[in-house]
Amino acid sequence: MPADLFAQALNGLAYGVLLFLLSVGLTLIFGMLDVVNLAHGSFYMLGAYAGLSLIAATGNFWLALLAAPLAVGLIGALIERSCLRPLYRRPPLDQVLLTFGFIYLFEDLVKWIWGGRIRSIPPPDLFAGSVSLGGAIIPSYRLFVIVFGLVMAVLLYLLIERTRLGAVIRAGVFDAEMTAGMGINIHRVFTAVFAFGAALGGLSGVIAGPIQSAFPSMGVTILIPALIVVVVGGLGSLKGSLIGSLIIGQAETFGKAWLPEAAMLIIYVVMAGIVLIRPQGLFGRPLK
Amino acid sequence: MEQVTRRKFIGTAGFAAAGAAMGPWVRRAAAQSGPVKIGLVLPYSGVYAVLGESITQGMELVFARENWTVAGRKIEMIKEDDEMQPPVGIRKTEKLIDSDKVDILTGPVHSGILMGMRDKVHNSKTILIVSNAGADAISRERCSRWIFRTSFSNWQPNQPMGEWVAKNVAKDVFIAAPNYQAGKDQLGAFKETFVPAGGKLVGEDYPKLGETDYAPYLTKIRQSGAKAVYCFFSGSDAVNFVKQYDQFGLKQSIKLTGAGFLTEPDVLPAQGKSALGVITGHFYTPLLDNPTNQRFVKEFQAKFGGKMPDGFACQGYDTAEVIVRALKSVNGNTQDKARLVEVIEKSEFDSPRGRFRFDPKTHNVIQPYIYIREVKEVAGGLNNVPIDRVANVTDPGTGCTLPA
Repeated sequence: MPADLFAQALNGLAYGVLLFLLSVGLTLIFGMLDVVNLAHGSFYMLGAYAGLSLIAATGNFWLALLAAPLAVGLIGALIERSCLRPLYRRPPLDQVLLTFGFIYLFEDLVKWIWGGRIRSIPPPDLFAGSVSLGGAIIPSYRLFVIVFGLVMAVLLYLLIERTRLGAVIRAGVFDAEMTAGMGINIHRVFTAVFAFGAALGGLSGVIAGPIQSAFPSMGVTILIPALIVVVVGGLGSLKGSLIGSLIIGQAETFGKAWLPEAAMLIIYVVMAGIVLIRPQGLFGRPLK
Repeated sequence: MEQVTRRKFIGTAGFAAAGAAMGPWVRRAAAQSGPVKIGLVLPYSGVYAVLGESITQGMELVFARENWTVAGRKIEMIKEDDEMQPPVGIRKTEKLIDSDKVDILTGPVHSGILMGMRDKVHNSKTILIVSNAGADAISRERCSRWIFRTSFSNWQPNQPMGEWVAKNVAKDVFIAAPNYQAGKDQLGAFKETFVPAGGKLVGEDYPKLGETDYAPYLTKIRQSGAKAVYCFFSGSDAVNFVKQYDQFGLKQSIKLTGAGFLTEPDVLPAQGKSALGVITGHFYTPLLDNPTNQRFVKEFQAKFGGKMPDGFACQGYDTAEVIVRALKSVNGNTQDKARLVEVIEKSEFDSPRGRFRFDPKTHNVIQPYIYIREVKEVAGGLNNVPIDRVANVTDPGTGCTLPA
């Protein structure tokens, strides 16, 4: 039984880390721009498909892991400049509607370019097999995902907490208007943060590809758990996004293993429980 | 050109006037010279569009062979996209019956749409030839004299597999399917023969439809002590389940078996080598060596850019074959619906899957064979190679009393 427990915990960790990579971009964008970016799942999907094509063209997973997020980040920057910026002064619902529209746009675009059929993405040769770890057998690629995700968490922490750019972002999250008043070009920071969040979405798509394959509705499918993570962890909080992802990852995995009939219910129960006790989420700013 | 048109106009006008004078008999004859309208309710968008496409292509192959004319009447296909959503499918069905006034209706892929359109079809006495949806109920308590099925009931590909797996693969089996009606129907049919043949279920799981991460279930399968897995998954579920099953290293120690949809050509390329060795039951595989199938595969590939036909294409092909033969038997007269039902019921011909017949008790196809197939690498590609077969698989049709 303990081996079983450990194996499931690893499964939950791999899933949780994947959720983290996805939700951290979502929470950053929300925290900074006050925009609930429903198209974040689309960035995830675009990342997976861009990765698919790059791997097919070059045969190199690592190149795809680097280039696909850059491409998606560029798309994010274009969207922010051309469509989102004119809407900042409008009610939040307008922005939500805009990003909602992009879901359909990108889904059709993907079908147009890559077709509706599900496509698989091969893991890099280095991580093609499975390994035995403490009595549990786990695909080595998932082990890589766990390590990669945790390293990313540390790097993001250092970026946001220890650099000047991070200080500007934190200031922007706290009070965008005041930050602008301090002589920071807040518009440029907005674009950069949106692009960076989109790139993270694209990155998680490439990472998820070898596990979940690429299909046109993948972005919509993953959006709900990502939103749940953001609510549980607290809007705009990096730490919240990490802890929230790990909690939801474990809850869903053990739910499926032990209470398969109620697996989907469990993550909603966890969310409801946390929000009841802390309405702002685990690490969110207190609600005004 | 001008003159012909005018003469034709005068002729038509005279004919119409005569028709109006002579009453309904003439008008009916006039209607019979128009095209035969065949309505298709299928998914043409979304992930399942590839299924709708295959079914439609199978039909087009037959109609093209007949130059789109049967018994002197043109064949006209009216395609409607049901988007795999019951409300949409039902609305499209109503449109085809009420405003297009189709002679024959075919489709759908989704069992929920089939169950939703059933009463409309039955009450309007529209002939429906089901070309995919496998809901058992339509051959059982919800059967109708106006409804035929050329594809399969969910029970059919699974029931023979229970005994076969117990005898030839393993006695300790873990079963899994998506958590919806078709999933439970299919596994239920498997259990019907698996347990009496000495099989033991060591576990069962029903992941949600559209699950992307099967890790928790795969870990349970490993711990369960199962010697084999029997499952029903299709579409993206089939790709992710088979791939992750392989990634978790289960393939070597626990044999993967299932209903044929698990490794159909719509998912096989994405599964790649992960699917090697998977054993499934299905009424068709393009590798069947009967002459009808060999011609079917050749013509299908020639017409559709080298695409390999799958079970869905075979379903479309047989649906169109039934329609063409019935229209010829009644000499193009689609007005007498009862007569049309009678001749459809007697359909019998060589299909790519074997000798095609309906069960007169349920109007469901009698599968000439359920082929047990193993995924192997043949002729440079992955394919479902037949390794065994079970003959004449007929749905029990419990609760169906035709003519209803």
